[in-house]
Amino acid sequence: MLKHYNIDGQDFSIAGEASSDFKRRLKKLGISPDVIRRVAIAMYEAEINTIIHGGGGECDAEVSNDKITVTFTDHGPGIKDIDLAMQEGYSTATEQIRELGFGAGMGLPNIKNYTDDMEIETEVGKGTVVRLIVKL
Amino acid sequence: MKVSEYIKLGGYELLTKSDYGDREIDGCYTGDLLSWVMGRAEEDNVWITVMSNINIVAVASLSGAACIVLAEGVSPDEGVIKKADAQDIIVLRSDKTAYELCADYFKFTNNDKL
Repeated sequence: MLKHYNIDGQDFSIAGEASSDFKRRLKKLGISPDVIRRVAIAMYEAEINTIIHGGGGECDAEVSNDKITVTFTDHGPGIKDIDLAMQEGYSTATEQIRELGFGAGMGLPNIKNYTDDMEIETEVGKGTVVRLIVKL
Repeated sequence: MKVSEYIKLGGYELLTKSDYGDREIDGCYTGDLLSWVMGRAEEDNVWITVMSNINIVAVASLSGAACIVLAEGVSPDEGVIKKADAQDIIVLRSDKTAYELCADYFKFTNNDKL
């Protein structure tokens, strides 16, 4: 199964729609609840990051025989220091975003904790690609 | 403990249309930072929060929370209940503080989940 989602960077009220839709599809496929939960959490964090930091982008989610791969692509400012961004508690989110309950600096650490593999390709001024993999 | 039993024991206000299949509750978590909740709350937990924006619905749905309890009488932002109803997420409200709601849960479950 292959699904493509456009992630709107302007509308916070629909943040999580891609993750919710993909979670429903995984349930229909009969994927184990533990795998679904891990994918849903990691995917939501990446979706929120794409909106907050990337200004929107795209998501491609694929279920193959042995794994689930979800790739988020944005054309935002990129990540200057990946090691810093991976630290729990570090965030560059604005005060406005923090008031909504985001910006705890848990996004990338959560993705890492809940996936079997995570890859980040980023270039300052060009954008970021985050790929998360959960084995079946 | 079922959600219906939890509502009755606590005298909480049901804001959504239904208790959606009367889910089974297993554990309790409180927090307002959404990513923190997403990463730490467990499936079927009661989630107690004062955060009331539209994003709490997605967090509850994706983390598998049994229900959301809005503490301290906070009112959900516009559209929250409609979205929660659309996704079968149960939203409750109480005038009690998050601390008091946690204490309630502790009492209801005879401490066996904490």
